[in-house]
Amino acid sequence: MSRLTNAFAALRDSGRTAFLPYITAGDPCLATTEKLVAALEEAGADIVELGIPYSDPLADGPTIQRAAARALQAGTRLADIFTTIERLRIRTDIPLVFLVYANTVLQYGREAFLARCASVGVDGVIIPDLPLDERLHLLEYLRSQAVPVDLIPLVAPTSAQRTAAVAAAGTGFVYCVSSLGVTGVRRDLGDLQGFLQTVRKASELPLCVGFGVSTPAMAAALSRQADGVIVGSAIIQELENSLDGGQEVRRVKEFASQFRQALDSEASAVAGRPKNG
Amino acid sequence: MSQSVDFDTLLENTPGRFGPFGGQYVPETLMNALLELEAEFAEARQDPEFSKEFRMYLRDYSGRPTPLYYAANLTRRLGGGRIYLKREDLNHTGAHKINNVLGQILLAQRMGKKRIIAETGAGQHGVATATVCAVFGLQCEVFMGAEDVERQALNVFRMKLLGAEVHSVVSGTATLKDATNEAIRDWVANVDTTFYVIGSVVGPHPYPTMVRDFQRIIGDETREQIMAVEGRLPDCLVACVGGGSNAMGLFYPFLNDPVRLIGVEAAGLGLDTDKHAATLAKGRRGIIHGMLSYLIQDGDGQIEPVHSISAGLDYPGIGPEHASLFESQRAEYHAVTDADAVQAFHDLSRTEGIIPALETSHALAYLRTLAPETPRDAIIVVNLSGRGDKDVQTVAGWKEAQ
Repeated sequence: MSRLTNAFAALRDSGRTAFLPYITAGDPCLATTEKLVAALEEAGADIVELGIPYSDPLADGPTIQRAAARALQAGTRLADIFTTIERLRIRTDIPLVFLVYANTVLQYGREAFLARCASVGVDGVIIPDLPLDERLHLLEYLRSQAVPVDLIPLVAPTSAQRTAAVAAAGTGFVYCVSSLGVTGVRRDLGDLQGFLQTVRKASELPLCVGFGVSTPAMAAALSRQADGVIVGSAIIQELENSLDGGQEVRRVKEFASQFRQALDSEASAVAGRPKNG
Repeated sequence: MSQSVDFDTLLENTPGRFGPFGGQYVPETLMNALLELEAEFAEARQDPEFSKEFRMYLRDYSGRPTPLYYAANLTRRLGGGRIYLKREDLNHTGAHKINNVLGQILLAQRMGKKRIIAETGAGQHGVATATVCAVFGLQCEVFMGAEDVERQALNVFRMKLLGAEVHSVVSGTATLKDATNEAIRDWVANVDTTFYVIGSVVGPHPYPTMVRDFQRIIGDETREQIMAVEGRLPDCLVACVGGGSNAMGLFYPFLNDPVRLIGVEAAGLGLDTDKHAATLAKGRRGIIHGMLSYLIQDGDGQIEPVHSISAGLDYPGIGPEHASLFESQRAEYHAVTDADAVQAFHDLSRTEGIIPALETSHALAYLRTLAPETPRDAIIVVNLSGRGDKDVQTVAGWKEAQ
C-alpha cells in the first residue's frame, strides 16, 4: 500500500480528518523548504503538498504566484527539488505530493518525471492542467510498470456530468476544488454538500477539499463533509508576512498547528458520525 | 524507459489536435465551458442564419471584402515577382482582428453571455472587441500588459472611448503572455457569466480552430480575387506570425494547393541574442495558455521573456496549427529583426503611401529577401494585416534611440 493510502486508512480508523498544508518548493529557498516540511509534520500535517514553482501558474492566484516568483528568483531548479526530497526522505516518512504544471512534466519527460518521483519518494502528483485523455494514458503507464506514484484527479463544481469520469481517472485521493476561480484566500466557500456527494458517488477515494480554505474554522466546518482539507494561500501568506523577521519556520508551524487543533476538536465533537458530504 | 508510451500517436487521435499539437491543457473548472463552446460553435457553423448574419456584419459593418491591391511601386523597387497586398488594414478598426471578434461575439449572443473579456497585445484585438461589444451592448473588459499599455497608448484610449474597461497587467513580463494568463484566470472565476474572446489561433481547443475558421475569409477572398485578376493561384503567401491568426486565415484555404506558405516571426534584436520572439526558430514543444505547441522556454520549462518592437508579435508561443505546419514542413517560417521591420515600415509608407502596422512590417521586410529570388511572372500575396497609426510613436522613439 502507498504511503497515501496508509495515511488515509489510519485517519479513517481514528475518525480524524487529513490536514494537507501546501507550500511552494524553494520559497524562499530550498533549505527553508526542508525545514518547513519538518515543521509542518511536527505541527500535525498528515500529508504535505509541495508546489513546483512555475513561471506561468494558470490555476494560481496572486499569493501562490508570488511564492513561485520568489522560488524562481532564488534559482530553484527541478533537479534540486528532487535532491531536496531525497534528503527529506532520510528523516521523514510523511506522504509528499507534488502540485506541478503539465509543461514541467512534459519537458522532463512524462514517464521519466513519474519514475523520478517514485525513486526519490514522492507519493503523489497533481497536474491541474493535464487533460483527462493524457491522465488516462499516464495512469495506464503507472499501472503497467508498477510505478508507486498516485496520480491525483481534480474535480470542480463545474465538472457536472464529467465528475464521474474525472474522479475515476486517478488514485490516492480526489482533489475537490471548492469553488470557481484560482487559488487564494476566500471569506467563505458556500455550500459544498451537493458537490461532494456527487463526487463521493463517483469515487471510493478519500475526498480532500482545497482552494480558499483560509481559517481553522473553515477547515473544521469542511471536515464534516470531507476526508481532508488542503490549505495553501493562507499558509503562504503567513510565511510571506514573517520573511523579514527570519521567524518564518516557527510562525508557519504555529499557524499550521491551529488548523490541526481545529480539525481535531471538530473530530471529537462529532465522533462516531459518518461524513455526510 | 523500457516500455515508452507513444504519446504523439495517442494524442493525434483525439479531437482538437493538429498532429500532436493543440488540446485542452486547462484547469478542470474550465473544461465544461470549453465543451459547451465547442458544441455551440459546431451548431452555429451548420446554421445558415448564423453564417448569414456573420457575413452581413463583415460586409456592412467591417467593409468586406477588403481589396487585393497590386503594389506596382513596391514590385518595381524589389525587382522580382508581382506583389499583391491583401488590405486587411482597411477593415473597420484597422486590422484583420475584427473578423474573428464578430464571429465570437455572435456566438456569445447565441449563448446568452453578457460579459465579454479579451486579452490584447498591440491593442488591435482589444479595440475590435470593445467596438463589437459597443454595437451589441455588452460589458467589455480587456486585459493588457502594463508595458503594452505604455507603448500602445492610442489603442488604450480608443478602447476606453468605446466603453471598455482596460486592466493593466503587471504580473510576469507585463506583456501579451501575462495579459492572456490574467484573462484565463478571470474566466476561471467567472465562467458561468463570461465569454472569453481569444484574439488569435491560440488557447485550448476549440479556439485555434474557431478563430481560424472566422479568419479564413481572408484566404477565401484572396483566392477569388487573384483568380479574377491573374487567372491562377499565387506562388507565395506571406504573413507575419505572433499567435498566427492573420497567417492562418490567409493560408488555410490554400493548404492543399501548390502554394508556398511563408510565416514571418519577430527576430527582435537578432536570433543570436536572447531578445527575440521567434518561437518556431528558437523554441521547442511546450504547453502555454491551454495548448501544446512551440514555446520559448528554459530547460525546466519555465517560459522565458521574449522581445519584439511590435507588441502583437511579443509572444513566447504560437498557434498549434502553425506548429504542425512547421513540423510537417508544409509551411516555412523565417524571422525578421526590429531594425528590418522598421525599415519596411518606412519603405511601404514612402513607396505605396500605406503606413503598415509594425507586426505587418515583419512580413513586408521579408519581401526584400523573397521578391528578388522570384521570377518577374511570379505572384506574391502579402497579408497587410493592420494599419500603422498606432505605431507612429514607437517608430519615432526607435529612430531617436538609434
